[in-house]
Amino acid sequence: MNVFCIGLSHHTANVTTLEQFAGSTTAELILRESGCAEALLLTTCNRVEVYAVSGRRISTDQITHSLTGNVRSDPHGYASLFYRYEADNCVRHLFRVASGLDSMVVGESEILGQAKRAYELARTSGAVGPVLHRLFQRAFRAAKQVRTHTEISRGAVSVGSVAADLAQKIFGRLNDCTVLVLGAGETSERTARALISRGVTDLRVSNRSFDRADELARAVGGRVVPFEEWSAQCRDIDILITSTSSETPLLTPEKLAPMLRERLDRPLFIIDIAVPRDVDPTVNQLEGVYLYDIDSIRSVAEQSLALRRQQIAAAEAIIAEHVADFVEASSSRALQTSEDPPLGENSLRPSAL
Amino acid sequence: VDRYLLILSTICFLAAVVHTAMELRGGVFRPRRFNFFAVALGFVFQTAFLSVRGHALGRCPLTNLFEVFIFLAWSVAAIYLLVGPAYRLSLMGAFTAPLVVLLQGFALIAPIDVRHPVKLPAGPWVEFHASVSLVAYGAFALACIAGIMYLVQERQLKTHQLHSIFYHLPPLTDLFAAITRLLWWGFALYTLGMVSGFFTGQPLPHLQIVAAIGVWLLYAAILQARHLRWLGPRRVAALCIIGFSAALTLLWGITFTAELNAMP
Repeated sequence: MNVFCIGLSHHTANVTTLEQFAGSTTAELILRESGCAEALLLTTCNRVEVYAVSGRRISTDQITHSLTGNVRSDPHGYASLFYRYEADNCVRHLFRVASGLDSMVVGESEILGQAKRAYELARTSGAVGPVLHRLFQRAFRAAKQVRTHTEISRGAVSVGSVAADLAQKIFGRLNDCTVLVLGAGETSERTARALISRGVTDLRVSNRSFDRADELARAVGGRVVPFEEWSAQCRDIDILITSTSSETPLLTPEKLAPMLRERLDRPLFIIDIAVPRDVDPTVNQLEGVYLYDIDSIRSVAEQSLALRRQQIAAAEAIIAEHVADFVEASSSRALQTSEDPPLGENSLRPSAL
Repeated sequence: VDRYLLILSTICFLAAVVHTAMELRGGVFRPRRFNFFAVALGFVFQTAFLSVRGHALGRCPLTNLFEVFIFLAWSVAAIYLLVGPAYRLSLMGAFTAPLVVLLQGFALIAPIDVRHPVKLPAGPWVEFHASVSLVAYGAFALACIAGIMYLVQERQLKTHQLHSIFYHLPPLTDLFAAITRLLWWGFALYTLGMVSGFFTGQPLPHLQIVAAIGVWLLYAAILQARHLRWLGPRRVAALCIIGFSAALTLLWGITFTAELNAMP
């Protein structure tokens, strides 16, 4: 039995192209059309891949034919975008994919969940047999080990997640934190949502336009604070997200210092994503104030990515061990004459039918 | 035999230090069980040493500067083992181990393990006073370590330069809560130790009393300033480091004068 992978990803295709293949077929359909013994379809926003097992040679065209079934434009035009991995290379590729090493943002953890869902979907439909079962279980183990033993997933890489990570490193649990969103822009909304996803419940919105503030407050489950009263809120709040279009700084050390005296043991985390900046940079020198503007947030994200990149070699070493171990186990299993038992009664695999 | 136990204990703590240093060098710093178990094993050997020495002396082993240092190192390790997991400060082990290695290493190398020709005064109050005071010093030492961790974390947040260690250090508010609790525990124990000193029935040198009251006043001032919100968390953390350094120097002075007074 030969295991192979055919697909296209962000390395070979752009988002528009990938979108055309998303949802174009299913693992069962590939199984029926190509005559493979086992098949699994992994579809994410950055990749469409088919993992399959067959006793005979299956051509790339046979698989891409199933994948391009729903594609409106000329399917042959996409042929050059597909890659193919066989045997050990296929194993290594899957382990790298599951570990986030092949992702657009190295080390992102979403891919592991997506691979698990793809596996579950194919397993319940009976498209997965013993070979893909062992392969994917091993891939999940390898991915888990990579995440546990390296820093590949460490740190955040988007504005919202960087802000949420920093907030947690200052306050710990965010459930008791009060957040003020000043200026109802798109980035501040995303940042507010990232904080809500980490436990923030008390969220206030202030904007020059009351309607826009009200709209955002409703969207994120917060309450509106009149724009004239926002500065007084600095006595109570823990986190300030600001993104107004003001040409001059709204918050200066002179304005903030008297308020800080009333809250000496409570830190104040300010995320200034406005350009030009809403907060005077010297505010960061005040004790207990942690000011991050868009440049410093980007710098933190880059530091996280650099930290992740440093870990690639360590992650590759773990993957190499798993690949060698898996290939060796598969070889010794192939030498045995007994066949593997079927996974379920509803199996669609030709070998079990 | 007892010194071998102490050497084994020091090796355990040293292993934790080396492990941390290697992780830092590799750019990866994460709290692993290794540190906790190395400190725990080191603590077992420390306890065995104190037990053997105590049986040999027939009293609490606090008769010279060497034993005082080891007892202090034991207190630091004991409080870390109690406090570390409770406050999710597992990384504290990485900071505790170097302090213990320093204390025990100095005690082993320096010629301070001197047997006194005249038996030092003993009694339940003396031993209670000495041991409780040293456990209080252990709490102050841990507050100092938490203070260092706070300042490291705070510095990274202020400068926007986040290193691998940043992701493994506890949040600032948790660290400050630990500092405050350790200060209160240390202060309460130290007060108890100081008060019990007056019941020993032994004449105490004026210098020793002044030094002890000086340390007590220092920590009372830090706690009062904290209670009245005169000091921010960063200054409290810095004062914990300064306070413990001063207290350690005074402890040396107190033990030294006690040894001088015990001379015939």
